[in-house]
Amino acid sequence: MPARESITCFPEIREPLLNTRSAQGKNTRVLPSPFDATDLGDLGPEESLPDLPDVSEVETVRHFTRLSRLNYGIDHGMYPLGSCTMKYNPKISEAIAGSFAAIHPADGNAMHEILEFCCLLEDCLKEICGMDACCLWPAAGAHGELTGMLVIKKAIALSGRKKNTVLIPDTAHGTNPASCAIAGFGTKSIPSGEQGYLTAEILKEHLNEDIAALMITNPNTLGIFEREIHDIAGLLHDNGAYLYMDGANLNALMGIARPGDMGVDCLHVNLHKTFGTPHGGGGPGSGPVMVRKELERFLPCPVITRDSREKYTLTWDRAHSIGMVHSCLGNMGVLIKALTYILSLGAEGLRNAATSACLNANYLKSRLSGYFDLPFSTPTLHEFVLSDLRQKDAGITTMDMAKTLMEFGFHPPTVYFPLVVSGAMMIEPTETESLDELERFAHAMETIAQMCLTRPEELHESPGTCPVDRVDEVWAARNLILTWGSFESNKGDMVSK
Amino acid sequence: MSYLCQTDEDLKTILDTIGIDSAQEVFSSIPVTLKYTDRLDIPGPLDEEFLRKTLAGRPSEGGFAGGGIYRHHIPALVDAVASRQEFLTAYTPYQPEISQGTLQGIFEYQSMMASLTGMEVSNASMYDGATALAEAALMASRLKGIRRIIVTRTTHPAYRAVLRTYLQNIRDLELVEIPFDPDTGRTDLRSLEEAVGEDAAFFVQQPNYFGIVEPMEKIAEISSKTGFWGMVITEAISLGIMKRPGSYDPDVVVGEAQSFGNPVCAGGPLLGFFCVNKNHVRRMPGRVVGMTKDHNGRDAFCLTLATREQHIRREKATSNICSNQGLCALRSALYLSAMGPKGLRTVASQCASGARYLMAALKDKGIQPLFGAPFFHEFVMKMDEKKRLALKDLGIIAGIPIAADYPELPDAVLITVTEMNTKEDLRCLLENL
Repeated sequence: MPARESITCFPEIREPLLNTRSAQGKNTRVLPSPFDATDLGDLGPEESLPDLPDVSEVETVRHFTRLSRLNYGIDHGMYPLGSCTMKYNPKISEAIAGSFAAIHPADGNAMHEILEFCCLLEDCLKEICGMDACCLWPAAGAHGELTGMLVIKKAIALSGRKKNTVLIPDTAHGTNPASCAIAGFGTKSIPSGEQGYLTAEILKEHLNEDIAALMITNPNTLGIFEREIHDIAGLLHDNGAYLYMDGANLNALMGIARPGDMGVDCLHVNLHKTFGTPHGGGGPGSGPVMVRKELERFLPCPVITRDSREKYTLTWDRAHSIGMVHSCLGNMGVLIKALTYILSLGAEGLRNAATSACLNANYLKSRLSGYFDLPFSTPTLHEFVLSDLRQKDAGITTMDMAKTLMEFGFHPPTVYFPLVVSGAMMIEPTETESLDELERFAHAMETIAQMCLTRPEELHESPGTCPVDRVDEVWAARNLILTWGSFESNKGDMVSK
Repeated sequence: MSYLCQTDEDLKTILDTIGIDSAQEVFSSIPVTLKYTDRLDIPGPLDEEFLRKTLAGRPSEGGFAGGGIYRHHIPALVDAVASRQEFLTAYTPYQPEISQGTLQGIFEYQSMMASLTGMEVSNASMYDGATALAEAALMASRLKGIRRIIVTRTTHPAYRAVLRTYLQNIRDLELVEIPFDPDTGRTDLRSLEEAVGEDAAFFVQQPNYFGIVEPMEKIAEISSKTGFWGMVITEAISLGIMKRPGSYDPDVVVGEAQSFGNPVCAGGPLLGFFCVNKNHVRRMPGRVVGMTKDHNGRDAFCLTLATREQHIRREKATSNICSNQGLCALRSALYLSAMGPKGLRTVASQCASGARYLMAALKDKGIQPLFGAPFFHEFVMKMDEKKRLALKDLGIIAGIPIAADYPELPDAVLITVTEMNTKEDLRCLLENL
């Protein structure tokens, strides 16, 4: 095994399940009790107390603190997950969002100020993307996609046209077709060109009366800028169809190029990627949607309106709106963090961030292309995709290399995606990595490439120094132990298996 | 402020390695006509102190607003532990070997939600209660023979609105609302009985949007005549005292668990939960964490049932959901661990007791609630707009006006009491009514 990285290695901790620490009477918490207990018999209450672990405060804190140490986060080190834009999450954004924690959405005075901040965020996002209108409420990227596709569906329905199919390039995120399906569209996958981007020629072959939209990611998941996007938009518009852009990779474009100028009609952006809000181990994210003027009236309600006296109000009464997409106003805490990020950087800072993100990715690509197969030679921006082709002869797969990277103290890249590259490793370092950290990563990857030739068996066994060894995902799907209750009742079975 | 770390010398090394002369050359693949040459019109860069002064939240003191988003006590340990970067800055746990913290935390969240709802399985969370209900309806709509989604009119208006949004393009599916009894505020059982059938999926909120406790035994009995039915819980604290939803044998229990350790935060992030029994587990949307083994036979955790999900099944997936509300779910696990069985019961009974205390005092003043049936910690009363706004000027949020959603209830206001209110708050409200 390679030497354990002293900076990012994991502790040897086995933390039992919380319920195994439970014993009656351990929890002695004193809670706010302003009211005398009254008879609650009219609720038809449950006789037994809720079935929760009974543990002390210290045990709760230690349990979850120990669990936290089994995790890898951005503050540990580089997290080069392609298309996820795992950049540094500024601490000031957390501090500022904290001051909003106690505001109830029915608190009119406080909310008026918040709506003003929301308007400012809308303005910033519209400016960055070159779009006309914005809705901040979708709670994640996929939620934004669904919202955008519902907007397009409604626009088509209102025009009386029958267009039921959305074209999606084969490099797209899996959420794209799933979102289209809920919005009532069929989807058709179309191949990217030989150069790794969609050409107007290919699109022409698939365009017909039934096509409602094309859903494209730009730069795409190979990191390649869709250079024919403007012509593609023209073809779609001539056909009465819309161009939807998945803005997951907007980090490459801030201040450099604007989707609106490319002919995009509708897009979502991921605030938890491009605008540095934390992913929280899988949410909360935020996926605002932006549209061109002609689609504005279909955006979800409520809409924030600003009158001439700088008074901000929410309007629900919108005849053509697709309706509400969230029980309140979206992930407001995340919106505030994204606004903080944008204002911290300013126009120049955003542009510099995009530039550095692309430079860092291209630096790594140059450093690694001597060791790994680079399936597309087309220039790339903020991320690039390698394959395991050159390691295959040694019997090494992308999975082996990803798991070995953990031994070097790195989170692996996105693996086996996009699907157009067999054994893909999609690497996105982001702008917040120093040259030293990039070098450390390049060195780890080179060492792994050499190990494939000299000590391939070690790669199959990795990781060996993480909190657990390679995890059996098939076993999990076969046995379906999803709660500690089912763990208890399955214990006998598990031993015999 | 920028979070870049390259010196001029570093930049030179980077450019030399790539083989370009200037940083802007890295964008040479973008057609010149598509390049943005102006300067973005965006304020900044702003320093931290300026940002703190400018972007500050200024909450009103106290109040009586709930309606699906509730102010509850959050033990200090929740913020302290959940803000650890290892939890906060990690991605979705695709690489289980270095994500065991997130995974075990979610597994424990799933375990506690399953046990509180009395269901066998919980997923790893949804965006919020409204989208959880919408996803449950989508799940039901894929079952054979389901052509109608029935929902009570006493279900949260925003939830019904989101439901309409999600279902608007699902073919041959009708959305039906069941009226409520204007005296009790409960769902009208006769209408429900007339509406149910094997071709319908039915959802009922308990306690309902008016805070009223629905007659669940009877509703469960009627619901058994539907093809699928579910309960919607918008106040998770009620699970600390009310009969477990699972005891009525619904197909799904969904709702909002923001109350478990997540602040009101101007309405989000919230925390949708989604619980089913094992027979529906493969139809369930969203992420789910399972226990497994590592190659040495040791217990470990990973995301499982991926074959339902969008990255594998694409347009045939059970849902398009990718991110959920991971950190909010972790906060819930921390909260429930900090509360324990007695703590959660105490919070629930404090809320209900406080609401009864206020109701009694109102009745003493001759003010009657709009509905007569038992309630949990919310009730509806009439309050004219002038009075409500006068209270607002005093810094008291005097409930949520609901007449826009229920035109049949003019001047109706939904009043909520939680353990965060004090007797002094209540006195203040009563004096100014």
